[in-house]
Amino acid sequence: MPERPLLTLDGVHTHIGPYHILHGVDLVVPEGQLTMLLGRNGVGKTTTLRTIMGLWRASGGSVTFEGARIEELGTPDIARLGIAYVPETMGIFTQLTVRENMLLATGPKGFDEARLDNIFVTFPVLKQKWNDAAGGLSGGQKQMLAISRAIVEERRLLVVDEPTKGLAPAVIENLIEAFLRLKATRTTILLVEQNFHMAESLGDTVAVMDDGRVVYTGRMADLAADEDLQARLLGFSLAAHQ
Amino acid sequence: MNDTANIDWRPYLVVPVLVALALPAMSFSTWITLTVAGAAMGMMLFIMASGLTLIFGLMDVLNFAHGAFITIGAYIAVTVLGSMSSLVTADSLALNLLALLAAVVVAAVATGVAGWGFERVIVRRVYGSHLRQILITMGGLIIAEQLVIALWGPQPLLLAKPAALRGSFVLAGAAIEKYRMVAVALGLIVYAAMHLTLNRTRIGLLVRAGVENREMVEALGYRIRRLFVLVFVAGTGLAGIGGVMWAVYQELVTAGIGSEMTILVFIVVIIGGLGSVTGCFVGAVLVGLVANYVGFLSPRLALGSNILLMVAVLLWRPRGLFPVGRE
Repeated sequence: MPERPLLTLDGVHTHIGPYHILHGVDLVVPEGQLTMLLGRNGVGKTTTLRTIMGLWRASGGSVTFEGARIEELGTPDIARLGIAYVPETMGIFTQLTVRENMLLATGPKGFDEARLDNIFVTFPVLKQKWNDAAGGLSGGQKQMLAISRAIVEERRLLVVDEPTKGLAPAVIENLIEAFLRLKATRTTILLVEQNFHMAESLGDTVAVMDDGRVVYTGRMADLAADEDLQARLLGFSLAAHQ
Repeated sequence: MNDTANIDWRPYLVVPVLVALALPAMSFSTWITLTVAGAAMGMMLFIMASGLTLIFGLMDVLNFAHGAFITIGAYIAVTVLGSMSSLVTADSLALNLLALLAAVVVAAVATGVAGWGFERVIVRRVYGSHLRQILITMGGLIIAEQLVIALWGPQPLLLAKPAALRGSFVLAGAAIEKYRMVAVALGLIVYAAMHLTLNRTRIGLLVRAGVENREMVEALGYRIRRLFVLVFVAGTGLAGIGGVMWAVYQELVTAGIGSEMTILVFIVVIIGGLGSVTGCFVGAVLVGLVANYVGFLSPRLALGSNILLMVAVLLWRPRGLFPVGRE
């Protein structure tokens, strides 16, 4: 039985200054699944995520989360609905400690020790670096911190932009394991990714973008199995990029 | 435990090195006098500038009207201390400090409220545009000065220091002005309070995070505009306190007292690193010390000494002594 949609984008247009970036994006993120958003560089994937978060305002169309329109809300209000965002830049506060970075993502009561322990099981290095300045972490450790910050409280949806960018293969495997653990908890995730090994390993459903719109939606397994489709949509096959 | 091994200690050493280098160039008693005078001037500059550095660091707002709040604080000092002449002239340090405290509190509240109105009516309309910020806040400064003239009159106003804070005492053969010790003490209290607030409270954590990456703070669910209003009010309140201290130090108040300090305040903020309170503290002390040492050793260079200092610091560290990372 298909999962009910948690997030729906319907004909979303976004302008950045004089540039028309999104040309009517239609996207459905089913609840409890991991949706991959794929596409070549510059097709509007990051803009789509930023539009969902209200960091760029949609100039047309609608964004619906749990049945309510959110495209007119400000970013803080969207975040408070339970949507966590991990930007491509990771958004780590380098002058703050690891603990302070995480604390900012918690509610007034502070840390849930059980959730924190689970995070430390997945990313033990964060426990070791707990009181160190986040600016001193490696790229992979910063990404672990960014993802941990997104899940330190229970969220309805994680929106993650290219978490493996610039990371070593060993770190990527670590991140794949972390996302698999999240999937096991039925957390809904929308993930932009260029690493197709990761996309194939994690994705339940997939949407492929081109020129500011979604041109394909389906099951990730179907796309991974069809090299002709990959070549047509992405310009290459997944197998060649593993 | 913090990773102290990664801390760059060099900016912290600038002030001690400067103080040590000045000693061979003058007598010991002169060195003490000038060092205390420089530290006192630095503390007053820090109080005036600390709010500005957060206002710029958090929201990229260039507030050239900051001097107006210094001016308002100075005139409030005239009014409050003038109305408490029995306390000001009493031969009691406690009563004198009480009068000064009253002026500080009234000025902080008044300039904080004025700052709130200024942010709501003027600054909020020009977020994101530095050119419009400069034009509109310069206009605000001019209007504020004219309002001050309309309220208090165009003539310069004399302001006597409280009785027990006049004159000097002798320490190790050097004359130390009593009022300067009050300024040093207040500056240290303000720095400690800001340091504790920024490092030990949730709001402080948000301010530090917002200075570095305000977009991410919003993506975590915090309304940074509200936080900014709070910081703006605190910053203008501090400018008012600085205005009180500077007015009592100068003992003469004009409508231009704040705008005259604006350049120095901006130099302090730039030297320290935009958005850094510790940088602002070190930068202010540095500016105060250089002004006093150069004024004594080479009076002809005194006027340009702080500009030269800023150039030297920026050549060494283009983003200031304590740069705050920003994505």
